[in-house]
Amino acid sequence: MVGGAVSHSTGLDAHLVVSRGEEFTLDVSLSIPAGHTVALLGPNGAGKSTVVATIAGLLPLDEGHITLDGRTLDDPADDVLIPAEDRSIGVVFQDYVLFPHMTVVENVEFGLRSRKVPRRSAHEQAMSWLERIGLGDLADRKPNDLSGGQAQRVAVARALIVEPDLLLLDEPLAALDATTRVDLRRTLADHLDQFAGPRMVITHDPTEAFLLADEIHVIEDGVITQVGTPDDIRLRPRTPYIADLAGSNLVLGTASSGIVTNGTQQLHIADTHISGPVLAAIHPRAIIIDRRRPDGSPRNTWEATVTRIEHYGDRVRLQTGDPLPLTAEITPDALNDLQIVEGSVVWISIKATEISVEKD
Amino acid sequence: MTKRVKSSDRRKRRPPVVLVILAVLGLSVFVIPLLGLLARTPWSDLPTLLTSDVVLDALRVSVIASLGATAISAVLGIPLAWVLARIEFPGRSIVRGIVVLPLVLPPVVGGAALLFALGRRGLIGEPLNEMTGLVFPFSIWGVIIAATFVAMPFLVITVEGGLRNLDPRYEGAAATLGAGRWTVLWRVTLPMIGSSLAAGLALTWARALGEFGATITFAGNLQGRTQTLPLAVFVAMESDRGAAVALSLIMVVISLTVLIVLRHRWWGAL
Repeated sequence: MVGGAVSHSTGLDAHLVVSRGEEFTLDVSLSIPAGHTVALLGPNGAGKSTVVATIAGLLPLDEGHITLDGRTLDDPADDVLIPAEDRSIGVVFQDYVLFPHMTVVENVEFGLRSRKVPRRSAHEQAMSWLERIGLGDLADRKPNDLSGGQAQRVAVARALIVEPDLLLLDEPLAALDATTRVDLRRTLADHLDQFAGPRMVITHDPTEAFLLADEIHVIEDGVITQVGTPDDIRLRPRTPYIADLAGSNLVLGTASSGIVTNGTQQLHIADTHISGPVLAAIHPRAIIIDRRRPDGSPRNTWEATVTRIEHYGDRVRLQTGDPLPLTAEITPDALNDLQIVEGSVVWISIKATEISVEKD
Repeated sequence: MTKRVKSSDRRKRRPPVVLVILAVLGLSVFVIPLLGLLARTPWSDLPTLLTSDVVLDALRVSVIASLGATAISAVLGIPLAWVLARIEFPGRSIVRGIVVLPLVLPPVVGGAALLFALGRRGLIGEPLNEMTGLVFPFSIWGVIIAATFVAMPFLVITVEGGLRNLDPRYEGAAATLGAGRWTVLWRVTLPMIGSSLAAGLALTWARALGEFGATITFAGNLQGRTQTLPLAVFVAMESDRGAAVALSLIMVVISLTVLIVLRHRWWGAL
């Protein structure tokens, strides 16, 4: 076997190389064991859609290979290319791509009918799926009459009803408005958990990647720039892009009357109405670092030790320790002026309005 | 000076007068000939005229030829449109040019070309005749071929346009769900370009029904065999004006009915 590395008996093992002219080459290695969710996180134009197309079988590789559960799906060196319809890969496309001329139930039964399941049996299975996800009443509607959230559930049902060997979700939440997104993210996490095979979520949204994935692969300009657990990526970003995109501080806690409690630490937030489990996000640049206690109005102020200092060109990232470990970003000048070194004790302050809070 | 606006007129902005006048003139280009036709219609003789042999023969030939040409255009034109829309090959723009050529070519020239190719002494017609005994000129097949030649481009360009506008991700989604090429074509592609397809078929049929020049040149003008409604009108104009008017009325009624029904069924939004 070329490359001879570990061949997983179950799960996805892929080395994807696709060239598009002179200017863009995708060269990505991926390995996803069954039962694991990998997020492919990257900006627009990084090659995420190309990854989806190659794995789904809609775009042949130029080099490399795709192996799923030990079966080779694409290997140009070996002249192997299994067409999309024979791959058994469930894809939830960006914007869902439901067939607009079919009803909801016809969309869901499409995969079964294509696999020669008798009409009646396919219909019954599709109806029971729809009942299970609470959309039984909408079976005879057309996709255009559905809300974004309903369409997403139909798309997931359509992909999963044929019991695929791999589940690919391409920007599953991008088409939704902010409030639905939070609800749907949880439903989606449930769907992912129930699916036994390898799962892959393509996204440009770090929050989505952090919450849905066991492992994140960051893709930039067609290559993977960092692989790690959500915590690895968040706390130890390796490129300025990741630092910018994924470096936000996320705090899980319980909100009540404008205060988020996480363990013993309390954060004041601007929204006084939100309550229950929440996810508070604080951008590293929104954290103010000082050597003396600040006199202004910040509601959130505490002392902490700097545990780590990392330089990224024109900015510096500080990790701070207990009581609430955070990543803060300052300029190299500020670092010099404040004379901060690893082990320094600093004052941290965060304005309540700089903390964005979403229901978890 | 302040311009006063009556309260009843506040809601509707008056359209520009010049534009409306020109629009009405534009409409009259279509309406006036129809009025002329109606004014000359011999209403009392109409039942006799409509059931005369000439009219019934021409009606039969026209219906068969226009539907036949539409059917052939669908069977051959849809694949041609698909190839032009989906497959990149050298000379594609030349092929596309050849396909739409009959739209601009005088039909008489088309008829002559068909005669040179498929006539009894034609490039292909002669060997074909020797092998199979088939003769296209002066037969209903000649009428159908002539109509197909002039009408199929409408189907090809409309369907190709529909295919180009179809987001390829729908076909991709169907493939990932296990649908083979034919299932995708029948259950996703064709239904999704349904309105382009219907428009293309309607235009093709209408063009085939009205075909004159290529037909008379290639298939001749034999009553009961190759004489279509337009040919019968042309002949009747010389001999029997009443019959010419009756034949014309039939064509107007058939075309208008079909177009209105189709428009209602398929192009509701247009």
